[in-house]
Order: sequence, then C-alpha cells, then structure tokens
Amino acid sequence: MIPLSYYVVVSSLLFVIGVLGVLIRRNFIIILMSVEIMLNAANLNLVAFSSYLDSMAGQIVALFVIAIAAGEAAVGLAIIIVVFRGKIATNVDQINLLKW
Amino acid sequence: MIQTFFFYYLAAASLLSAVLTIALRNPIHCGLGLLSLLFHIAGFFILLHAEFIAAVQVIVYAGAILVLYLFVLMLLNLKTEDHYLHRRYAYFLFFGLLMAGQAFWLLLHSPFAGVPGDTTVEKVVSFGHSRAVGMVIFNEYFLPFEIIGVFLLGAIIGAVVLTKERPAGVGGGQP
Repeated sequence: MIPLSYYVVVSSLLFVIGVLGVLIRRNFIIILMSVEIMLNAANLNLVAFSSYLDSMAGQIVALFVIAIAAGEAAVGLAIIIVVFRGKIATNVDQINLLKW
Repeated sequence: MIQTFFFYYLAAASLLSAVLTIALRNPIHCGLGLLSLLFHIAGFFILLHAEFIAAVQVIVYAGAILVLYLFVLMLLNLKTEDHYLHRRYAYFLFFGLLMAGQAFWLLLHSPFAGVPGDTTVEKVVSFGHSRAVGMVIFNEYFLPFEIIGVFLLGAIIGAVVLTKERPAGVGGGQP
C-alpha cells in the first residue's frame, strides 16, 4: 500500500506547476490549461483522501469539480474567441484596455 | 509490488506531461501534453479504487474539454511566437517558487488524519463503484447536484451569448 503522503506530494507538485504556468505564460489558452492542471491536482488530492479515509464525499466533490471545469473551459474559450475577433491579441499582457 | 511500480510510473509521467504543458512553445503541443496528463490522472484514480471517477475523467476531460481546447486552438490559428513567456517571467517565477515553498512547509506541518467513513473498499467492490457513487450523490448530495445542473445551463447560455455575432444596428455591432 502506497502511503497517502506520496499522493499529497504528487498533487502539490502538480498544483505548483499549474501556478507557475499561470504566472509565466503569455497565451491566454495556455493559462486556461494551467488552471486545468491545478483542478486536476485538487481532484487527485480529493480522491486520494476519500479513498484512504473510506468515505465517498471526496469523490463526489471531484465529480463536481470536473463539471465546474467543463463550464469554466466553455466560458473562458468563448471570451477568448470574442477578444480575438475584436483584433486584440490572445496574449494576456496585450489585453490592457481596462488598465489606466 | 505492481502497485508501487504503477504509482511511480504515473507520478513521473504526469509530472513530466504537466511540465511539458506549460513549457512547450507550440500551443497544440501543449494541448497534447495536457491530454497525456489527464490520462495519467485517470490511471491514479484507478489505482485509488475510484473506477467511476476515472471513466468520467477520460470521457469528460479527455473527451470533451480537451477537444474543445484543441478546437479553439485550431480555429484561432495561433502562430508560434518567439516570446511565449511573459516579459518579467523571472520575477513571477521567483514569487511562484516562494509560494510553492510555503505550501510545502505548511504540508510538512499539517496532520494527515481524519474521521474514517463507512464506505470501505470491500463494500464498494461488493456492489460496484458506480452504484456506490449513485447512492451517495442522489441521497446526501442531491441539492449540490441540482445546483451543478443550473450552473452548467448558465455556462451554456453564457458561451452562446458571448460568441453570438450581433447584426450591426440592432445590438450595436461588436460587444
């Protein structure tokens, strides 16, 4: 049996990789992908704790997280299509109309 | 032990594909790295005796969400750029690593204990994981389940309204 802390280490490393992706990349779509990495890390943590504590609650929350990730991807990609159609680039440091 | 071998394989492969997802230059390659990550996370779920979640992960994440990403990437026809990292990425990298260090410090000082439930692995295996999930989701978590349904309806309507082309003069052209 693999100790629970190994799963926690893997999921926290994945979460950190996602955070770094959000911080250092310029492309908006890659930033959304990094958010997906973070959601997956949270899911792995939830399912690991749920399995080791013999409870079903964490797995149900993981299912809800998957549904929320689907909604987030749909709305985020719709926003980037609108921004791209308005001839603004897809790089986040060039989307600065609200900055003063 | 075959479980240990699979754990180390899945850990190494998922971390590698996550790094490739944020480090590769071409956005399509990043999407393929994310696909590999999602499949390996599904492997973790099977290792943890959560077969239904693994199936949902493959069908919804790798089958629907990732196809949506690749579809938009190919629709936008992005060019591979030279400066694909942020201008001040070293600055952000420093603060990200600082945050990571704090997260690990907190992890090392937190107890990994909890109150065990009554859904043991033997019980789940005896009547199947999908049935176990269904019994819990439609008894204890019925209200959150319905709220998720309303949320998804809102996301559908939001995506359609955002990407709709408005005729000039009626809604005032571009939103």
